[in-house]
Amino acid sequence: MCSLEKRGNLFILILNGQNGEHRLNPNLFSSIISALSRAKAESTRGSALVTLSHGKFFCNGFDLDWVNAAGSDEETQQRFNLLLDYLKQLVLAFISLPMPTIAAVNGHAAAGGVVLALCHDYVLMRRHRSVLNMIDLDLGIKIPEPFMALFRAKISGSARRDLLLRGLKIKGEEALKMGIVEAVYDGDEEVTNAGIKMADDLAKRNWHGEVYAEIRKGLYSELCDILGIASTPIATPKL
Amino acid sequence: MCTLEKRGNLFILTFTGEDQHRFNPNVIGSLLSLLSQVKAEATRGSALITQAQGKFFSNGFDLDWAQAAGSEQGAAERLHHMVDLFKPVIAALLSLPMPTVAAITGHAAAAGFVLALSHDYLIMRKDRGVLYMSEVDIALTIPDYFNALFREKIGDASVRRDFLLRGLKMKGDEAEKRGVVEAAYGGEAEVKQASVRLAENLGKRKWHGEVYAEIRKGLYPQLSAILGLTHKAYTIARL
Repeated sequence: MCSLEKRGNLFILILNGQNGEHRLNPNLFSSIISALSRAKAESTRGSALVTLSHGKFFCNGFDLDWVNAAGSDEETQQRFNLLLDYLKQLVLAFISLPMPTIAAVNGHAAAGGVVLALCHDYVLMRRHRSVLNMIDLDLGIKIPEPFMALFRAKISGSARRDLLLRGLKIKGEEALKMGIVEAVYDGDEEVTNAGIKMADDLAKRNWHGEVYAEIRKGLYSELCDILGIASTPIATPKL
Repeated sequence: MCTLEKRGNLFILTFTGEDQHRFNPNVIGSLLSLLSQVKAEATRGSALITQAQGKFFSNGFDLDWAQAAGSEQGAAERLHHMVDLFKPVIAALLSLPMPTVAAITGHAAAAGFVLALSHDYLIMRKDRGVLYMSEVDIALTIPDYFNALFREKIGDASVRRDFLLRGLKMKGDEAEKRGVVEAAYGGEAEVKQASVRLAENLGKRKWHGEVYAEIRKGLYPQLSAILGLTHKAYTIARL
């Protein structure tokens, strides 16, 4: 499902399930949320987290096979709603993580997988063999509010419309131009190394984790309002 | 501290001296009173330029004064006090009945950057000086009205994140490229000249000051609400 490695100050979350598409189902969700709890519990000043996977996919969205394997239409809807709930919890967990976060997107990301990437403070991507696709429009699935708020918080201008309303398969260079990702790299190994290097550089700033999380919440205040979390003012200045 | 000069239709507010032009309760009181004066003497065609002498535009709140309280609790209280006192300064700028230009001739950090950003136009040096939100580096969370200012003045989500969550020190040419400032020029003299030119050109439009202020407030509704500014509807005979 996923594993959490500690390397010095870095937490490395690796999506490594047998299912190469790293589709989000209750198991993978629980696994990731659990890993984030652990990172939070073990965090110190100067911690950072980088999320990676290997292979063709970063994360291809919800496990629709699992959803559709339900016995009835009603249960299918329930399963889908459950995944939406989990995704919401995931967003919450990332927003409150007391350290900088980076997603090293080595492969394709679709729908929930794009949300997973955007949960991070910084997104790096492969130039080729990696597309971002908000496939919801093509599948006829509405995007619920908390995730709309995430897009509003993180992506500006016409890029937001292009991501959500245009059914585009967005490659690395385009994603860079649209301001969705920070930088693009040529291979799986390069984007992974770049993610780790960036995490290292941010970790060296030695930020106070709790303050970092509160600043993040203030930055994304609309999203936090919708998720029902408040931010706390902290004034223990390192004067 | 700070002085106010009238030059034709232009009001010129200057932070004098070679120090960091930090804001403590005295300076804040002085600023507030000078801005009241500007408002009282405003006519059609007025414009304001805020500038500074020396290496700094302003380096933010006077943390030495906060620390002189003698305890961590005392320092936090004094800091909170300055945050509260400073809010009416931003409110005054937001409701000033004339176009405003910040001539950023040196470093602008934290509350100093916030002051600059509260002007309608920012002109900056290319060769020296950075824009910097130091809070993340000194473990301070961001006051609500600072967040609202960034949200409504800086359209690009990545830029907001880079300032608040990354503690980026942004130089003039990057600031110009990324739309944070109007223009960046090669030296102090050019910045001052360009600011005067801009202010004069805006003044020539002879805008009705109160209408200008109302339109400005409408551009920044969340910020206006947080600052306690109300909106007035105006009808004018001359159409």
